Amino acid sequence: MITIIDYDVGNIKNVYRAFENLGLDVVVSADKEAIKKSSAIILPGVGAFKDAMENLKKYDLVDCIKENAAGGKPILGICLGMQLLFEKSYEDGEWEGLGLLKGDIVKFSGDLKIPHMGWNKLIKAKEDSLSNDIREGEYVYFVHSYHLNPQNEDDVVFWTYYGKRIPAVVRQRNIIGMQFHPEKSGKTGIKLLRNIKEMMK
Amino acid sequence: MLAKRIIPCLDVDGARVVKGKKFKNIKDVADPVELAKLYSERGADELVFYDITASNENRDIFIDVVEKTAENINIPFAIGGGIKSVDDFKKVLRAGADKVSINSAAVKRPELITEAALKFGSQCVVLSMDVKRNGRHWDVYINGGRINTGLKALDWAVKGQRLGAGEIVLNSIDSDGEKNGYSIEITKIISEEVSIPVIASGGAGNRRHFLEVLKDGKADAALAASVFHYGEIKIADLKEYLYNNGVEVRSDF
Repeated sequence: MITIIDYDVGNIKNVYRAFENLGLDVVVSADKEAIKKSSAIILPGVGAFKDAMENLKKYDLVDCIKENAAGGKPILGICLGMQLLFEKSYEDGEWEGLGLLKGDIVKFSGDLKIPHMGWNKLIKAKEDSLSNDIREGEYVYFVHSYHLNPQNEDDVVFWTYYGKRIPAVVRQRNIIGMQFHPEKSGKTGIKLLRNIKEMMK
Repeated sequence: MLAKRIIPCLDVDGARVVKGKKFKNIKDVADPVELAKLYSERGADELVFYDITASNENRDIFIDVVEKTAENINIPFAIGGGIKSVDDFKKVLRAGADKVSINSAAVKRPELITEAALKFGSQCVVLSMDVKRNGRHWDVYINGGRINTGLKALDWAVKGQRLGAGEIVLNSIDSDGEKNGYSIEITKIISEEVSIPVIASGGAGNRRHFLEVLKDGKADAALAASVFHYGEIKIADLKEYLYNNGVEVRSDF
């Protein structure tokens, strides 16, 4: 069983459905016992970084997520959920994240349309089981105004290019983040989620 | 590079897709969920469902259509038509839509843009505007193109962005349904002025029209209905044509 963490941030029905369609046993919950018992955790998220962190605190989930991650359980952060995995965000202020991975979340700069919204290419940074069956330049669907500045470029599995190269998929052992929405990324999104499913076995 | 998006728009009444010409002579086309699946498999980057339902009874059916669509496709889609409040936003987002477009309601009560952006995030608030040229100016119209608000199109676009809209759909009443091409001039003016994506709408008749509005009009996406519904243009062919003419498009679908 995998748990999608339910902490009142946006619609998680589509994420739920995507995993269910892969034949996985999925629950949506904010219950610590359920999270503890599950074989993997999905941290979804749409909206503001500060509000999302506050909600995680409100549901007393910060330590729970950290403990489960430290125990080696696969955890996938999607979109804002990926950003929360990092140390700090500068979205309308300065906010502390979960700090499971090293790096900051910063605003796009330069003459760009913000949000970075639409389909953009995945550019392979390194070989990883997550990139199985994904060709160079396949498109996925992004919607975000802030991006990761990674401290360890070794964590980056795929980049994308918007003004400059920014991380699209990151991974350090069991901690995985996707800046785009795999559940909204057509066939490529399904392939990526399938790779995650394989990893969870 | 961010790809330019091709967006079929489906006018939905209850559980049927229809397409009007200049907002009149409405003609029935097909089942929205089936059509959405088809477009998704054939290369649409995103979809818009425009709810033209009049009765409350049909509105419930429409929400059901939104849910079924979300179950059946895995590309983003937006809902427009009849959205007046944050509660209306909640209803369609909960049913599985990714974005919500507001038009007349935003003109009547601009705070709605801000309220929705704060509650759900700018990324799902789409400001849709119907514009028409009057002499040297482009004015914003509401109520299906019947009322001139007196607002200037560029001013309203800029204000919409400031209030929190994450995207603009620019629908030209003059070119809508005419198949003589998008209104390039106003699309370019607005796209160059705002820093959020602009989706051009109204007037697509052939592949060249898409190329013009995406290149010369600087649009980030192009929306069309009948050319897709009646099979006059296949999305795959359109994308190949755009790609061959130097427009970045997503071709792996």
